[in-house]
Amino acid sequence: MTVGPAPACPDPAGAASAARPVLRERGQREVFCGLTGIVWLHRRMPDAFFLVVGSRTCAHLLQSAAGVMIFAEPRFATAIIEERDLAGLADANEELDRVVDRLLARRPDIRTLFLVGSCPSEVIKLDLGVAARRLSARHMPAVRVLSYSGSGIETTFTQGEDACLAALVPEMPEARDAAPRLLVAGTLADIVEDQFRRLFAELGIGEVAFLPPRASRALPPVGPGTRVLLAQPFLGETARALEDRGAVRIEAPFPLGAEGTAGWFLAAAEAFGIDPIRARAVLAPGRARAAQALARHRDTLGGRSVFFFPDSQLEVPLARFLARELGMRLLEVGTPYLHARHLAAELALLPGDVLLSEGQDVDRQLARARALRPDLVVCGLGLANPLEAEGLVTKWSIELVFSPIQGFEQAADLAELFARPLRRRALLRV
Amino acid sequence: MQLAVWTYEGPPHVGAMRVAAGMEGLHYVLHAPQGDTYADLLFTMIERRDRRPPVTYTTFEARDLGGDTAALFQTAAREAYDRFRPEAMIVGASCTGELIQDDPAGLAQALGLPVPVVPLELPSYARKENWGAAETFYQIVRALADRTAAPPPREGRRPRAAVLGPTALGFRHRDDVREVRRLLEAMGVDVMLVAPMGARPAEIARIGAADLAVCLYPETAEAACRFLERQFRMPIVRTVPIGMGATRAFLAEVAEKAGVDPAPALRLADTEARLPWWSRSVDSTYLTGKRVFVFGDATHAIALARVAAEEIGFEVAGLGCYNRECARELRAAAARYAVEPLVTDDHLEVEAAVAAAAPELVIGTQMERHIAKRLGIPCAVISAPAHVEDYPARHAPFMGFEGANVLFDTLVHPLVMGLEEHLLAMFRGDFEFHDEAGPSHLASARPAAAPPQAVAQPAVGAPAASGAPPAPGAGAPGPAGPSPGVSGHGAPPAEAAGAGVTWTREAEEELRKIPFFVRGKARRNTEAYVRGRGLGEVTLELLYEAKAHHGR
Repeated sequence: MTVGPAPACPDPAGAASAARPVLRERGQREVFCGLTGIVWLHRRMPDAFFLVVGSRTCAHLLQSAAGVMIFAEPRFATAIIEERDLAGLADANEELDRVVDRLLARRPDIRTLFLVGSCPSEVIKLDLGVAARRLSARHMPAVRVLSYSGSGIETTFTQGEDACLAALVPEMPEARDAAPRLLVAGTLADIVEDQFRRLFAELGIGEVAFLPPRASRALPPVGPGTRVLLAQPFLGETARALEDRGAVRIEAPFPLGAEGTAGWFLAAAEAFGIDPIRARAVLAPGRARAAQALARHRDTLGGRSVFFFPDSQLEVPLARFLARELGMRLLEVGTPYLHARHLAAELALLPGDVLLSEGQDVDRQLARARALRPDLVVCGLGLANPLEAEGLVTKWSIELVFSPIQGFEQAADLAELFARPLRRRALLRV
Repeated sequence: MQLAVWTYEGPPHVGAMRVAAGMEGLHYVLHAPQGDTYADLLFTMIERRDRRPPVTYTTFEARDLGGDTAALFQTAAREAYDRFRPEAMIVGASCTGELIQDDPAGLAQALGLPVPVVPLELPSYARKENWGAAETFYQIVRALADRTAAPPPREGRRPRAAVLGPTALGFRHRDDVREVRRLLEAMGVDVMLVAPMGARPAEIARIGAADLAVCLYPETAEAACRFLERQFRMPIVRTVPIGMGATRAFLAEVAEKAGVDPAPALRLADTEARLPWWSRSVDSTYLTGKRVFVFGDATHAIALARVAAEEIGFEVAGLGCYNRECARELRAAAARYAVEPLVTDDHLEVEAAVAAAAPELVIGTQMERHIAKRLGIPCAVISAPAHVEDYPARHAPFMGFEGANVLFDTLVHPLVMGLEEHLLAMFRGDFEFHDEAGPSHLASARPAAAPPQAVAQPAVGAPAASGAPPAPGAGAPGPAGPSPGVSGHGAPPAEAAGAGVTWTREAEEELRKIPFFVRGKARRNTEAYVRGRGLGEVTLELLYEAKAHHGR
């Protein structure tokens, strides 16, 4: 456990984010690995298939994380490494080719196949990049084969999406010119994307593309004219890959809550030289609707304390939303990885007295939570029932990843996710 | 490499977790990367456990691999001991931990912890969850059992039994144990130990003092029971008391091995067992010969096939299990019902077999629930893997006399009720009782979208009043029975092609006059008959010839 440098001077506004102390911990982590991103990525890109090259554990994880959501034959599977695959890598590659051939024969609707690396495939150094190129050469143009790693030794939960999108970036066509174009990076629910497209059009930002696209092969162009607006805070690698191709990231808060959404759109408007007064006018109705809808949740949430266990890297923007728009008191905001640069605008808005923690030693963190007795604990499914049994009220963090929560129209839905456990606790007489 | 979409079993270390989480005072240190902690939520969410499983994960990362993952393991093990103060520990590796070959056994031993540490070797790339649970339980018993223990002389005391096999996340284990304990006590046998569920290491140490052991779940207890036979010459009761017949046989076996009179326990059936009368009562007549496909772990699949066939009067149309370890027993059971045994952990293979058998009820696991849903067939879940709804709040054992009652309900409720089936026949064509209405109490059986065959139906069932012809084979326990879920909703995939048989307009219209819940069967039987005659077209005449043929 290490504590970063204390702020050079007291900074009640929390603006000097770089100087904010961060508790860094290393120990048992109660979080998913990056493979879990497949659960929402395969729904975003219905023509893509995700083949995990891993162990029975990987298959079991995906099934446990996604089991209740999938009724049809899902567009993901695991090529389970068996004992004989460990004997020789040449054979493992042959086996992989055989499995892919069989899979693609069964699923002619697949246009992109992601080979997803896992802990075992990384440890035995099975080079899926090479395998993807070999298989792509064999199956293009019908199927493009790409690879990324969702292994737990390298990625935490949402970092799997980051790795997947970063693998798409080299496949994006080169923009023909340097004309400014907007690229929104990070998976959003279709309904949110549609709302955002309408607002961008009203703002007068003409060419807007989303990554990942709904059709996996319809990748938008990228070039020096590209301005990247991150819709999710966990896209470090993706942003870097886009910047390597000349794109420029727009500094912005994340579109959670009325304030975050307004700040996000205004940052884009500014980058495209749109008159800020006009931009505010365009955003005003949505912002007012969100504020009105949020008001009724303030009774439930205002003044209550909240403690975040690390999960999706959404914790900092969520905490900012709960503190500033709903009046909640932040005790600890844990996040698996604190991307100081991408979160700069968020950290500047966070109250100064909150404990930020990065990484995890779950037993120590549980001890802190028990000592503080927060009114609401945001944590993963492995911890929720045990904490409820101890009398704490919890919110499953995974729902924050699977639900449409971004934008003005979803701001109250997002507040509702936090308010419901508290309302339920007040309701029950058993 | 095996291509898997769904898996019936997790990796072997999840089996070890089921043992550890079932016990008290035991802690499991698992050499595993971040992400393997997902397994915690199986226990906290599916089983709604109020505690985290007693597992410490070392959580190594890529950057540790070049360095000292062994030290990481030792730190985690020592801290886990200091924090949880267990009475014993088990140590091992998950699939990735196995690859980095750190030797958790040796590392833990070097720590010199003041409690027994049981090392586990669970080969992740060759074995699965049930094997892992069995091996873990065996290793714990072998390591902890006091070899000098022996039952005290029998004079003046009741015999003592050890009930072995129930684990955390076990399918109905909580309720089965309560039921079995009650039966044993009714016949004067004390339950000295239930393990792994609820047992402390110190209690397992005294296991040799038991007069007999009950192998309740062979999937997890058989290896340990063999050890007890070898080491202590302990009599083992191996009948699994699922269903009326098996419960009686179980009580007889316990009585013989414990030297007691089974009568007091057997008499409980007179007041508690309802399955026999529920099965004999006339409403159950409609259950006769309904074709069921049974799949699950071998113990539950074999037991349920027997209950289905002998105690409910179903016809077993398919039988299989996913655990190869019990393939021999499963094959023997399949031979009794003259069906092809299906031993596979590939759910696509199971789906194909279910589709081909076209049963009226699938008796299976959570996987078969998905399969049955896709095929439009009702399903009863009778085995792990199961989902949260199969861990009910009420007492719902599968074992003992109360278990038999539960089984009757479990197997019959997914079907259209007897009286309702008659009403459907009487009112077919009525605006409420048309093909797409489905049984009133069974939302899941309602067709999701109007399938092509149903669309072709006249809105009001054609000439409904004109004494419709009985369905070929209907009412007779033929090779195919009425299929409320399947028929009328388009044939299941395996026969969707109709295999080259066409229907004349006249025959097709006549077929539509047959109640929809037997129509699928009528169609199948007729086509099979016509194909068998080497013909390619079903005429009105052939339709009735087929009916006569199948109605023999």
